[in-house]
Amino acid sequence: MSSFDDGAPDTVHKAIIFEDVSISFDDLQVLEGVSFELKRGETKIVLGIAGSGKSTILKLCLGLLKPDSGHIYVLGHDITTMSEEDLFDLRSKVGIVFQESALFDSLNVRDNVAFRLMEEHLPEAEIERRVRESLSFVELEEAIEKLPSELSGGMRRRVGIARAIITHPEVLLYDSPTGGLDPITSTTIIELIMKQRDVYKTSALLVSHRLQDGFTLASHYFDPVTRHMRPTNGVPLREIHTRFMILREGKVIFEGTAPELGKVTDPYIKEYIS
Amino acid sequence: MELISPLDIAKRFLLAVQDYTFLSLRAVGNLFRKPLYMADLVQQSDFIGVGSLPIVMLTGMFTGIVLALNTSKTLEQFGSLSLTGQLVSFSMVRELGPVLTSLMVAGRNASGMASELGSMKVTEQIDAMRALGTDPYKKLVTPRVTATVFMMFFLTIISDLVGLVGGWIISFGMLGLNSYQYWNSAYQVLKYNDVITGLVKPLVFGFIIATVGCYYGMTTKGGTQGVGRSTTQAVVWASVLILATDAVLTQLFITLR
Repeated sequence: MSSFDDGAPDTVHKAIIFEDVSISFDDLQVLEGVSFELKRGETKIVLGIAGSGKSTILKLCLGLLKPDSGHIYVLGHDITTMSEEDLFDLRSKVGIVFQESALFDSLNVRDNVAFRLMEEHLPEAEIERRVRESLSFVELEEAIEKLPSELSGGMRRRVGIARAIITHPEVLLYDSPTGGLDPITSTTIIELIMKQRDVYKTSALLVSHRLQDGFTLASHYFDPVTRHMRPTNGVPLREIHTRFMILREGKVIFEGTAPELGKVTDPYIKEYIS
Repeated sequence: MELISPLDIAKRFLLAVQDYTFLSLRAVGNLFRKPLYMADLVQQSDFIGVGSLPIVMLTGMFTGIVLALNTSKTLEQFGSLSLTGQLVSFSMVRELGPVLTSLMVAGRNASGMASELGSMKVTEQIDAMRALGTDPYKKLVTPRVTATVFMMFFLTIISDLVGLVGGWIISFGMLGLNSYQYWNSAYQVLKYNDVITGLVKPLVFGFIIATVGCYYGMTTKGGTQGVGRSTTQAVVWASVLILATDAVLTQLFITLR
């Protein structure tokens, strides 16, 4: 069904809508006619080889880049027609975790996580409470006074998640959150993303080149009692709402659930997931 | 090596000029829009102003000393050694004070701005700032431009004074000139136009230093190698623009005399 039955985007059920989006840098076409939707409460895993345009999609969602053509609707706003000044307000509803965390290296963990709240001049006690709440979510309260240079790669990524969720955004964007991390730390990060998905029901776009991250998210749920992820064992016990999208040379070549991905006959996708 | 056509070079140059103009206009325009980031302004003023003080004072002192030494040799031949104060004062206030102070501050701060902002750019900290709802031009560029313009004014006055003291040390200590004669001739030679010239130039040069440094920082591409390239280009272009603008301003103030 189209998102535009009466010409207006369905923003009640859709958090993000890409409509025929294209962008190129110099002579390189990065995205070509990309269309997809992210439903509210859904997590979409965007897969593809390096240079397929995955990270560009996230930057477009925040208005950090402007497309050459097409429309992007984020939480009901056509961000392709919005000025930078107007986008600043909308960005408070969208959190992003950057590939290399992008923490401000001259600020300690507390000030990094509290950055947006300090910019909004919230009372000091309120900032302190929310920073501790965010750091507690990523289990990193003890690092509050440390500088980013004193943290490990996994800890930096967790601070990045704490910074992204402090305003309780309606949409979260993850840019290769497990890239460059060891398997144990990667599992910790995926567990945090799962916790955010299952506890707060936040819509999310997760860009990754690691297929196992996507399958873990699609086949596990976060158990709030044991505070760990548990496999669904193939039985759809819970509404996990996790779908996959695969990009190839700037075009969407697959969109569907994990079982649908397992049944594809396209040789490129079969080779990619094998 | 890839060959670039002259048309592409011209296009890139025009785009760079457009981006630089855009950055400069935004830096000025942000002064009239909230928030003003006063804490960042004070921090930058301290770093640029107080931090540059030792190098500016040393430059001023040695320039004054060299001016006195060089001019005294020529003046001695005409029996006009008493004019040393006039020449040191005129040269320092109108020309060497503003230009040498600006070149020193450009070397120290345009490079600092380009490398700091460039590192933030390549590590996505600038994007992160935008994603967190903060305008990096407002938080990073405007305080740097304002602080540099403001502090250049005072740094130049200090440099001029220290240069005159350097000239006095040579005149009084080595040439045996009377202190009153030196300071009186140094004061008497300066006209209103000379002082205005010497005080307007650092404001323009300060704007050039900060906008060029921030422009190269904010447009850095290509990792750590790109940061190094931006830093070098910032110092080179800031210095060239200071000298070129100095020629234009000097002619302008001579015409207005």
